[in-house]
Amino acid sequence: MRLKILNSGYGFGTKVLFAFIHMVSRHPVPDAAKLVFYRPDFYGAPMKEFTHLAMRGPSAWSVGDRELMAAFVSKINACAFCIAAHTATAARAYQDEAKVSAVLSDLETASIEEPLRAMLRLLGKLTRAHAVSADDMRALLAAGVSREQIEDALAVCLAFNTTDRLADAFGFFVPGPKAFEAGAKFLLRRGYR
Amino acid sequence: MLVEDKKRTAHKAVVTRVLEGDGRASRVARRAAFDNAGLTEPLRTLIDKVARQPTRVTNEDVAAVKASGESEDQIFELVVCAAIGQATRQYETALEALAEAMTGEKRSEHASEDSQ
Repeated sequence: MRLKILNSGYGFGTKVLFAFIHMVSRHPVPDAAKLVFYRPDFYGAPMKEFTHLAMRGPSAWSVGDRELMAAFVSKINACAFCIAAHTATAARAYQDEAKVSAVLSDLETASIEEPLRAMLRLLGKLTRAHAVSADDMRALLAAGVSREQIEDALAVCLAFNTTDRLADAFGFFVPGPKAFEAGAKFLLRRGYR
Repeated sequence: MLVEDKKRTAHKAVVTRVLEGDGRASRVARRAAFDNAGLTEPLRTLIDKVARQPTRVTNEDVAAVKASGESEDQIFELVVCAAIGQATRQYETALEALAEAMTGEKRSEHASEDSQ
C-alpha cells in the first residue's frame, strides 16, 4: 500500500491478530481488512457498522444480490481488488458463478430478473455520472422495484463507492483467486463487522 | 423503515466522525477534502483523483503531498474524507431523486411522510 502506516502502523494486539488470521486462513490479511484495522476509531469501526447493515441487514435483496451490486459497482469503478472480492462472494452466495460473470460482462443480456437488472442499471449510472434523475427513479419504480429496495441498494452503492476509491487510492495489493475464495467464505460467514 | 433509519444513522455517524471528531488533519482540511473544494496543490490533485478518478492515483501523487509536509496520518484521513464525500454526494442526490419520484407519483397521500 502507498502509505507505510497501512502496512506496518499497527499495535501489538492487532499484529498478533493478523498473524492468527494468516495462520488460520493460510493467506495474509487482505489490504481491505488492514484498512479497517488502522486507527479503527477514525474510519474502520463506524464504516464496518454501516457496511454490515447495508450488506447483511434485513432487505428484500438477497445477500447474493447485494454482493452482485458490490461487484457491479466496482466494475464500473474499475477497482480490481473489489471486483475480484465481490465477484467471488456473489458467486458463492448464489452458488452460481455463471450468473455473476454474465451480469458483469453484459448486464442487458444476462438472464436475471428485470427488477434486479433495472436496479443495477441505475447503480451503474449513479456510479458513472455521480447523479440520477427523478425520471430514472420513476422508471425503476415502474420496473417493480420498491422504494425500500431502492434505498437498500443505494446504501450498498454508497459503501462500495467509498471502498473502491480507498482501494485504488491506497493501492490495495490484489492477490490470487485462492485468497479471494477464502475472503468470500469469511464474508459469508461473518459479514462486515 | 426502522432498519432504513438505522442505515441512515450509521452513515451519518461515519460522516460526523471523520469530519468533526478528533484527527491529525485539521477539521477545515478534512471538510475541504470531503467537499473536494478549496484545496491547494499538490493536495488538490490527489483529492480530486480520489473523488473523480481513483484508478489514476499514483505513487507520485502521494509522494508530492508528503513532500509538501503532510504526514501519512493526515493523508490517510484526507483520502478517507474525499472518498466518503464523493460517495455521500452520489447517495444524497439519488435519495433526493427518489423522494421527488415518490411525491410526484403518490401526491398528497404520502407527501408529509416523504418530506421528512
